[in-house]
Amino acid sequence: MEELSPFVIFFASIFTSNILLTNFLGMCSYLSVSRELKTAWGLGLAVIFVLTCTSAVNYWLYYYLLVPQGLEYLQYIAFIIVIAAFVQVVEMIVDRVSDRLYAALGIFLPLITVNCAILGGSLFMVIRKYDFVQSLMFGAGSGIGWALAIMALAGIRRKMSRRSAVIPALEGPGIVLIITGIIALGFIGFSGVVQIN
Amino acid sequence: MTQIILPALSIAALATVLAVIILIVEHYLMDYGEVDLTINDERKYKVTGGSTLLNTLKKENIFIPSACGGRATCAYCKVKAVRGFGEILPTEEPLLTKEEIAQGIRLSCQLKVKNDVAIEIPEELFSIKEFKGRVEAIDDLTYDIKLFRFRLKTPETIDFKAGQYIQFQAPEYGDIDESVYRAYSMCNVPSDQTSVELMVRLVPDGICTTYMFNYLRVGDEVTFTGPFGDFYLRDSDRRMICIAGGSGMAPLRSILKSMSPEEIAKRRPIFFFGSRAKRDLFLMDEWRAFEQEHPDFTFIPTLSSPAPEDNWEGETGYIPSIVEKYVDNVAEAEGYLCGSPGMLNACVDMLVRSGMPEERIYYDKFE
Repeated sequence: MEELSPFVIFFASIFTSNILLTNFLGMCSYLSVSRELKTAWGLGLAVIFVLTCTSAVNYWLYYYLLVPQGLEYLQYIAFIIVIAAFVQVVEMIVDRVSDRLYAALGIFLPLITVNCAILGGSLFMVIRKYDFVQSLMFGAGSGIGWALAIMALAGIRRKMSRRSAVIPALEGPGIVLIITGIIALGFIGFSGVVQIN
Repeated sequence: MTQIILPALSIAALATVLAVIILIVEHYLMDYGEVDLTINDERKYKVTGGSTLLNTLKKENIFIPSACGGRATCAYCKVKAVRGFGEILPTEEPLLTKEEIAQGIRLSCQLKVKNDVAIEIPEELFSIKEFKGRVEAIDDLTYDIKLFRFRLKTPETIDFKAGQYIQFQAPEYGDIDESVYRAYSMCNVPSDQTSVELMVRLVPDGICTTYMFNYLRVGDEVTFTGPFGDFYLRDSDRRMICIAGGSGMAPLRSILKSMSPEEIAKRRPIFFFGSRAKRDLFLMDEWRAFEQEHPDFTFIPTLSSPAPEDNWEGETGYIPSIVEKYVDNVAEAEGYLCGSPGMLNACVDMLVRSGMPEERIYYDKFE
């Protein structure tokens, strides 16, 4: 694989290869926590933090522990344990810092553990053979990209709840998926600019 | 061999390291230390921070009514937050009215005590305790209403105002894997301090009443908290119009039976008791005897749909219209009502239309 500048990876993972809009990872919390801009922002921040940190830790874990021991096949379980532990820490931080955010995120905060975007980030890092700085940039960029996507959707849903008459059958997840598809089309339009996968 | 042990050890080591990190973070982050809890400006407590207000108060033996166990669904555990709590939480919003939010009313099961806080709660809540008792008697009043008599063990006595209720705890049983609390009014007089009597109607598929009817036996231990409620006799000279349906007789029995003969002569209570048919009537002899004893007390049982074989010669039909027939000056009286929401709302409407101000109508609505 040709050597990509970490900054290219950073910006590409936000825009042209947005983990949510081009890989459709991390959909469940994206669909359910996008009703309010404020909670979407909170969850977005949490995902940025967890994704960046777990990319770094998992990089270290993979190349310095698993590979030397020939235990690459344990990557899934090892990555998940790290993610779960990190989410616990983030949960405690949010609980300490903001009651409102804690109550609003409720069940979704622990659900970051099974947010496939986070595990996906770590796995892409391995598959694409990124080095440490590239992994870190990819993790941060993917997190920011995910946060950007959920906030864009939350903004649209807020406007929509005030102005639009949605067909009853499409209310809720139905219309949200259609909107997501349209946003994704827009993002895919930029994918010719730079490709990281 | 190493091929088996190495992966297992690696994962175990990884998990251990992460667990230690979590424990360290928890130790530093979740430790709020001792904080000051001020209630009604005068009572001060030193409590350990970190848990919900409801549980913190429980530890200080202050029992706030709560039926859902902190899941933000029953909205019984409202308290007034004076200071130390942040903005209203999304989990509270659906259960509070705009006026309540403006007054600072919050759900104590959702608030966390993290720093020095101050709240206001009704003074009566301080006398609320958790009681353990033993079932002394279970009597059939009708085919679907039973009278339960509990003798208190710890504490040995209860102080309550006639008309108040307790929250009975139904433990886990059968397929029900969660204990629930339900409110029942005492029907015995407060001077009977060593026991509590409840009238309970079997609710089809009701978690608590099914437990009480089918599982609870004489001699079993029971747990309840109380007393709660602001349905009790107000001091005045006005005539009392009492209206109850079915097991709603309980608080009114307690109130009427605890009045002194002088008070009964002064307040001239009239008690309208509504049922469907004769088989739903109970304790008729007791009320007749009470009527004999107190010439100023009137008891009027009414049936909404008497069966043909009942040979009923008493009042029938809709309670509001019967009340107007017996009481001349409804507007000057005071109303004490207990029963189902449907019956209660109709009666409150009637009393208000007859000119009784709403603040003189006291009621205990089944929910």
